[in-house]
Amino acid sequence: MSTKFLMATVFCFCAHLAISQTYYSKSGKITFHSDTDMEKIDAENASASTVIDFTTGAIEWGVLIQGFKFEKALMQDHFNENYMESSKFPKAKFRGIIEDYAKVNLSKDGEYKVRVKGDLEIHGVTKTVETDATFMVKNNMLSAKSKFSVLIDDYAIKVPKVVENNIADEVEITITADYQLLKPKL
Amino acid sequence: MKMYKYFLFFLLLSASVNLYGQEDDLLSLLDEEETINYTTASFKATRIINLHSLESMSAGELDIKIQHRFGFISGGAYELWGLDQSTIRIGADYGITDCFMIGFGRSSYEKTYDGFMKLKVLRQSTGARKMPITLALFSSMAIKTLKPSDPDRENYFSNKLYYAFQMMLGRKFSDAFSLQISPSLVHRNLVATEDIANDVLAMGFGGRIKLSKRVSLNAEYIYVLPDQLAEGYHNSLSIGFDIETGGHVFQLHFSNSTSMIEKGFIAETVGEWGKGDIHFGFNISRVFNLK
Repeated sequence: MSTKFLMATVFCFCAHLAISQTYYSKSGKITFHSDTDMEKIDAENASASTVIDFTTGAIEWGVLIQGFKFEKALMQDHFNENYMESSKFPKAKFRGIIEDYAKVNLSKDGEYKVRVKGDLEIHGVTKTVETDATFMVKNNMLSAKSKFSVLIDDYAIKVPKVVENNIADEVEITITADYQLLKPKL
Repeated sequence: MKMYKYFLFFLLLSASVNLYGQEDDLLSLLDEEETINYTTASFKATRIINLHSLESMSAGELDIKIQHRFGFISGGAYELWGLDQSTIRIGADYGITDCFMIGFGRSSYEKTYDGFMKLKVLRQSTGARKMPITLALFSSMAIKTLKPSDPDRENYFSNKLYYAFQMMLGRKFSDAFSLQISPSLVHRNLVATEDIANDVLAMGFGGRIKLSKRVSLNAEYIYVLPDQLAEGYHNSLSIGFDIETGGHVFQLHFSNSTSMIEKGFIAETVGEWGKGDIHFGFNISRVFNLK
């Protein structure tokens, strides 16, 4: 009986590991870039959280607005205080689906181009976005990158007339992440 | 056999739990580490009006500041309500670290040079570290270079020196409302007569209410503890607006103080609001990044 007990436990354990295709990162990098003749604005946040479930293709990102670092401290203040209102809307979130997630072969090195679609919530406003993304598998390591643009007007971020020429209407967002397998909680 | 059934049951159960888990928020699978969220922009500038606010410049930021006060409004039409006169301080502030700044300036009032240091000791924060207040310590020194009133008397260099020490203790209560108290000590090396105190203790109060994202209403009052100043000196009261545009902050205000440095506006305010001895004035600040 005790042998059977042991076998069953081991089986149970293995079964769990085999099904788990959930990957995560807590150090996803999100940068954005606004470019006008007057001013270039760059900001980076390297502590975004992201989880992908390759059994369903579901993907999520979450990032703290306050964690974006700017070259100029004053810009960072204004970003939080005047534009993103980070005390009211502390997080930006993305919740979506990798439409062709089946293309990604996690056990074979290569680059996989996929299409991601989902809801992007910034500044309390949710909009559907769609973008191309690339997954890279190398030596059993999974990483991802994507680039897309958002119109700041879409997210109810108001830019006053005096600085109209300093802030681009369209902001380019680049995201990258090195994923790790999420160990299931037994 | 019975045991085996149990395990099959458990296996099914755990599998189904897994399935349900996927419908949840995926991010909730991660344990979230709490971060420290420092409160920023309690005040728009490093001065409320005359009084230093608890804010300091960030590391590598240089703030060129022009502070200007017109004459007393009580001068009437003949003086164009004070616009004929002006008192000015030109200065530069610089952030050495995010919590330590220095600055110097030169005031036309008594041709005074001043220098100061400000250190943030506590920063208001939420999250992993909770701190309800911000505390900054401030120290300044001023040298009056106006020619002595009595050139025949022996005038030591030390006679021209003034010192001020302040604490800025404040809290951003909400996005729109911040309040600060500033216990202050001004030391004058030389005073006019023996019965005037060399040390002046005062309590400053300052606050701001945001009227919109870029405009705030500021006020400050400095209460000088009784029996320290000679007749004719009053407590400083100032009211004004901060208007922020990109890298500039414009501060427009009304104040009964002529001087814009501590030893002056705390201990040498002669204007009386009730008599219309009010200066219209402004501070213009332009921030440059030297980093």
